[in-house]
Amino acid sequence: MATTVLPRAGESLADPTPPESRALTTRLSVVDRAFRAVSGASGAMVLLIMTLVGLFLGIRAFDAISEAGFSFITTQEWEPDGGNFGIAAILSGTVFIALSAIIIVVPLSTAVALYISEYAPRRIKRTLISLVDLMAAVPSVVFGLWGFFFLQNHMIGISRWISTYFGWVPIFSVDGSDPDDPLSTATVFTSSTFIAAVVVAIMVAPFTTAVMREVFSQAPIGEREGAYALGATKWGMIRSVVIPFGKGGMIGGTMLGLGRALGETIVVALIISPIFIIQPHILQNGANSVSALIALRYGEATPFGTSALMAAGLALFLITLVVNFAASSIVARTRSGASTDE
Amino acid sequence: MSIDIRTSDVVSETNAESLTGDEGTTVSGWAPGAPEPRPRKVGGLRRTDVLAVGGAAIGSLGVTALLYVLLPFSGALGFIIIAYLFFITIYAVLVSLDESKAAIRDRVAATVIHSIAFLMLLALVFVVVFTVIRGWEALINSNFYTEDMSGAGPLDPLTMGGILHAIVGTLIIIAIALALVIPLGLGCAIFLNEMPGPFARIVRTITEAMTALPSIVAGLFIYASLILMFGFQKSGFAAALAISVMMLPIMIRSADVVLRLVPGSLKEASYALGAGQWSTIWRVTLPTAKSGLMTSIILGTALGIGETAPILLTAGFTASLNVNPVEGPMIALPLATWEFVKSPEPSMIARGFGTAATLMVLVLILFIIARIIGGRGAGNLSSMQARRAKGRSRRDLARMESNQVEDKAVFANLTGIT
Repeated sequence: MATTVLPRAGESLADPTPPESRALTTRLSVVDRAFRAVSGASGAMVLLIMTLVGLFLGIRAFDAISEAGFSFITTQEWEPDGGNFGIAAILSGTVFIALSAIIIVVPLSTAVALYISEYAPRRIKRTLISLVDLMAAVPSVVFGLWGFFFLQNHMIGISRWISTYFGWVPIFSVDGSDPDDPLSTATVFTSSTFIAAVVVAIMVAPFTTAVMREVFSQAPIGEREGAYALGATKWGMIRSVVIPFGKGGMIGGTMLGLGRALGETIVVALIISPIFIIQPHILQNGANSVSALIALRYGEATPFGTSALMAAGLALFLITLVVNFAASSIVARTRSGASTDE
Repeated sequence: MSIDIRTSDVVSETNAESLTGDEGTTVSGWAPGAPEPRPRKVGGLRRTDVLAVGGAAIGSLGVTALLYVLLPFSGALGFIIIAYLFFITIYAVLVSLDESKAAIRDRVAATVIHSIAFLMLLALVFVVVFTVIRGWEALINSNFYTEDMSGAGPLDPLTMGGILHAIVGTLIIIAIALALVIPLGLGCAIFLNEMPGPFARIVRTITEAMTALPSIVAGLFIYASLILMFGFQKSGFAAALAISVMMLPIMIRSADVVLRLVPGSLKEASYALGAGQWSTIWRVTLPTAKSGLMTSIILGTALGIGETAPILLTAGFTASLNVNPVEGPMIALPLATWEFVKSPEPSMIARGFGTAATLMVLVLILFIIARIIGGRGAGNLSSMQARRAKGRSRRDLARMESNQVEDKAVFANLTGIT
């Protein structure tokens, strides 16, 4: 063990040669060396697995994409064995469902999160927090059943109402529905993007709410009291302190919810009736999504068909990836960011 | 609005009692002998508030009912929506009679937030209740938990057949997945925290990227590689691998966050006492992060148990009990639900709901365990743990004191000084 050298009594402090800095070497014990080897190996192993998954998907998908060429992006049909396939319809369908779901989720989640963190009586607050956390862990198939067996029937009326009064907005128009004809069929409103989006929204909402509530509850107490001291009402305080503080978490939570909505399989597969055209009329029967397509088509797919499905899966993965990285970079840049890093 | 508060008033209202009590001085503004000022009531309900809400409620119902009588409107849902909109409007008008603009906004915002939150929480609870009610018929039969579906066809009554095979399948699949994911995930999370450097940065970035992998794509990967390429059959093991691919990045990420929260001062204290890296991790880092790590593991498990898509592609389908994960198809609860409700037969649909309810109960149990273990942060002990810690330190104290007495005795013997 080296010792620090202090100037001796005889030596002057103004000694022109400064003491050499002591070299610090670490000699690891056997246990530590073993630990570092094992830990490094598990890191490398994870990297290997993840890279393998990515590479395998990429290579298999490449087979299909090189076969289809640029038309992979523009084709709407999905007949991989005939060589005529593309992700235009399914990817746009996925995005329509996820975006509609997020538009529904944001106000709902914000309101619930604000209620739990700001308005709820102290007695029931902990219960509500647990409830939301628990609902975030409920399997998606449960929401799917609810959507398919309960919500579907009750949404037709709402869909009809929206299409009757807001049909002049292009996305709300429905072909084949005539509000003046009492005998017009209701089936044009079933299995639509909208209904799938509502169920996905209810499924994603607890997750988004949990993230938002966490951030809202961390708004600094000093600033809250400052707002009150300046005469703010509760809502004024929320608008000027809580929401600006929690903005990063709100955006981050929403984006993470969007990532979940994009990848959701079972709910969408249960509700939609798949079609292979770009369907911007969200109230109308027929929708599609990448994950539902994989779930419904993998069984009868030929090897090339599987490659094509992988290409579609890869496209979905890339979109989710962009959304996730955007979310984390937005969250990291805001004040409340550090706390929502999960 | 002008505010005119004199300092003396504020002091006399808030602190008068404590000041006189502690020091016996009187504060200007409160003469001794005068009745003690009562603290002003803040918050609470005023009569006008109650009247405004009640009036708005009655008014909105009345107007909507009138509309329904006069105009060709119909539908219960429409009634509720229109009545709600009228309620907000009338309430805002009533409040505006004696409050400022800011107060109106405050009241309307509070009303909207309360109603949306109520509606949303109700919907969430309803999803759960709906599943249990629809599955009740199947759930009340004990054979539902003790038999598999090999002897029961779609037309058989609910007193035949059950989901034992799916329950066992789920448990086997998740056990294999956990056996793979926990060591690898924790190892990798510790690696990310303890050996920072360019390599760890790459691993962290890739892991974060893979959290975006849709679960169905994880299933498709195992399906295409293990089953199509290497010729394995669809089995519980393949399903467990698919679940692992999906769970691993999620688990690593949450464990990484938990480990990062361990205070650096604790680790430094351990190093300062001469502990090596491994013993610091084993005796300081992991025990401190234990509850957080358990929570992340259990919530990851709940996620893995509920996931249908990867199992759909890799586990195959069977109606009979199979306890061998590497041979023959195996089924799990979410997949069984999916298969049951594809049938048009009401009894099969009831079985599907029953299966979903069972799955939910399983997740609930996991969640409660997570809450019990992970409800507290590091250093916050439960009363039991606190008692044990106190006992330990009392024993330590006794040991030290006895040592001291011995030391003194030795010292006295050696030197002759008492």
